[in-house]
Amino acid sequence: MSENLITADAAASVSRTSSLDALDVLEAEAIHVIREVAAEFERPVLLFSGGKDSVVVLHLATKAFWPGKVPFPVLHVDTGHNFPEVLRFRDETVGRLGIRLEVASVQDYLDDGRLQERADGTRNPLQTQPLLDAIAAGRHDAVFGGARRDEDKARAKERIISLRDEFGQWDPRNQRPELWSLYNGRHTVGQHVRAFPISNWTELDVWRYIEREGIALPPLYFAHERDVYERDGMWLAVSDVSAPREGERVERRTVRYRTVGDLSCTGAVVSEAATVSDIVREVAASTLTERGATRADDRLSEAAMEDRKKDGYF
Amino acid sequence: MDDGKSTLVGRLLHDSRAILADTLESVTRTSAERGFGGEPGAIDFALLTDGLRAEREQGITIDVAYRYFTTGRRSFILADCPGHVQYTRNMVTGSATADAVVVLVDVRSGVLEQTRRHLAVVQLLRVPHVIVAVNKIDLVAYDRAAFEAVAADVAALARDLGLPDVHVVPVSALAGDNVVERSANTPWYDGPALLELLEELATIDELETDLEALRLPVQLVIRPQGGLSPEVTDAAADAFRDHRAFAGRIESGTVRVGDAVEVFPAGVQTTVTGIRRGPEALDAASAPLSVALELADPVDAARGAVIAAAGSLPAPRRELDADVFQLDGRPLETGARVLVKHGTTTVQAIVTDIRGRLDLDTLETTPTSALATNDIGLVRLKLAADLAALPYAAHRRAGAFLVIHPQDGATLAAGIVVEAPA
Repeated sequence: MSENLITADAAASVSRTSSLDALDVLEAEAIHVIREVAAEFERPVLLFSGGKDSVVVLHLATKAFWPGKVPFPVLHVDTGHNFPEVLRFRDETVGRLGIRLEVASVQDYLDDGRLQERADGTRNPLQTQPLLDAIAAGRHDAVFGGARRDEDKARAKERIISLRDEFGQWDPRNQRPELWSLYNGRHTVGQHVRAFPISNWTELDVWRYIEREGIALPPLYFAHERDVYERDGMWLAVSDVSAPREGERVERRTVRYRTVGDLSCTGAVVSEAATVSDIVREVAASTLTERGATRADDRLSEAAMEDRKKDGYF
Repeated sequence: MDDGKSTLVGRLLHDSRAILADTLESVTRTSAERGFGGEPGAIDFALLTDGLRAEREQGITIDVAYRYFTTGRRSFILADCPGHVQYTRNMVTGSATADAVVVLVDVRSGVLEQTRRHLAVVQLLRVPHVIVAVNKIDLVAYDRAAFEAVAADVAALARDLGLPDVHVVPVSALAGDNVVERSANTPWYDGPALLELLEELATIDELETDLEALRLPVQLVIRPQGGLSPEVTDAAADAFRDHRAFAGRIESGTVRVGDAVEVFPAGVQTTVTGIRRGPEALDAASAPLSVALELADPVDAARGAVIAAAGSLPAPRRELDADVFQLDGRPLETGARVLVKHGTTTVQAIVTDIRGRLDLDTLETTPTSALATNDIGLVRLKLAADLAALPYAAHRRAGAFLVIHPQDGATLAAGIVVEAPA
């Protein structure tokens, strides 16, 4: 009797939903968000660091407007402490897609005295001012970012479309409610929005999508040999801007990076994962979070990310 | 009034092994620093989700936190929503698209006004499944009678509200009873643990079998004259010379190449000649995919148009009767000029009538001239342009809209169409 209760419509519905997997649904949502922002804002820009999340957002944008060009430029906040492999990848990517690259340079601000180097040497908190100036100079009213809610407990609170005041500040107590898939991006002069199309993706979703779509990444995501030294349980690279302190021993290790940030504060993980499918397996089995394993700046305090976001960091 | 929501969420994540070692270590350390009670190594699970400084300081949840976890059987997006009355708007935000809602009730205090409020909202938003977790069962020594008294009150309230699918589970978020695994402390309870229940419920997509007619609100028109992506091959570039496609997300139904469709508001019929998902050409696509459709005729369809299966478009509406959830601090009054955002269209509107406010104690509508924050009221809106709206009960996405302040852009209210007078 129960079999007779399954109508043809119900059967069609079940097969319909099961033929789409979680990545299809995440991709559809992200493209929807990208198109909404492109349609409703005058001058969007995409924050592009060459890291895997912004690479995925850019890839989604190429799909959203195909066969047309991506209708907005990309912006890189260059701290001056970037991995050279990442800068090469950044330039190749924008060249291939024929899109304009805007660069906000922290080094320029340090050179002319608008910013001062911090005692701890990290430049991550210094990115905020050049970022906000670049947004104002480009008159950008919408800024895409690759932030994901699973990265950090403060990011878990972020809306997909998030309003920022003229100081770029995020006010977590006063966010617009976000209902259904109706994104309210109305803003007044001086305000802008941050748009996070892959808010609902996890690190593993990102890697599975990179695998499925065959998306190119900077080589440092894959296992390679590098001179590193251990600090606070992280493997930091020897470079022009990062050197071992007394008692820290340099070793040649096979490592890869889970996130791409500054050379000075982004740790490598010891790994033999040389292909995307190796990485998918490794991430699925990992017992450490992406940022916990690799980001020194998030360890500054329990609310490091929240504090940076309130200041206008993305 | 902390009923332990964040603790329950933390427990759910922890016991389903979704918390990674470094997060757990950090939360354990902070718990100890703050002198969290219990045995050494006891964890204040609320620290896992209360991600804002102010939340941790006050021990309350201010804003929705989204968490992701997966069991062997299903992937979950979990929205941890505040229950405090002043944050009802965040609760509405978390519930609007949910497949299932878990409402916590403290077994010692039973059904409260805020429980009624939560369940009334859930009923109006037509969340398919409701689970009432009767929490802190450990504090009444796992007493069956205490649980059953609350369960009876919940059942009576569900009947009053007309909630179709309500499950009641005795849990202790703190001790972990019946959260991920069934507890030996409640031998009198023969139902599933909370997570088992969540793994088995049908999703909205699986349930909405009556929405099979195609509906796609147009987000933008792709017409790349002079601006083809450099990734398009020279051979393909020729074929795209006169390309014009209508990009959007399929809200419901399936579209196939060759299908007859109707375009709102132009009211014309045409045929689908191509479906594209990025560079990939498809024969068919279904909700909720984002695609671009090519049509046989040069129809007028800009952003705001709706492409639907031929014959399935609703009559254009210039007036809406709707239940609205007042979210902004400023009261909504008769005569207010607002914007209504529905699908990919935003139109001017006037609140012509506030017909009443839902009294959550009596569940009756009482007359009022203005809706204050957290009020749920029945209003009539006059629109400056036609909308292809449907009653929310028949089609969630076509029945949902936002009420926006025309000057500062704030979201004033969330609305659902209850009927649409011709």
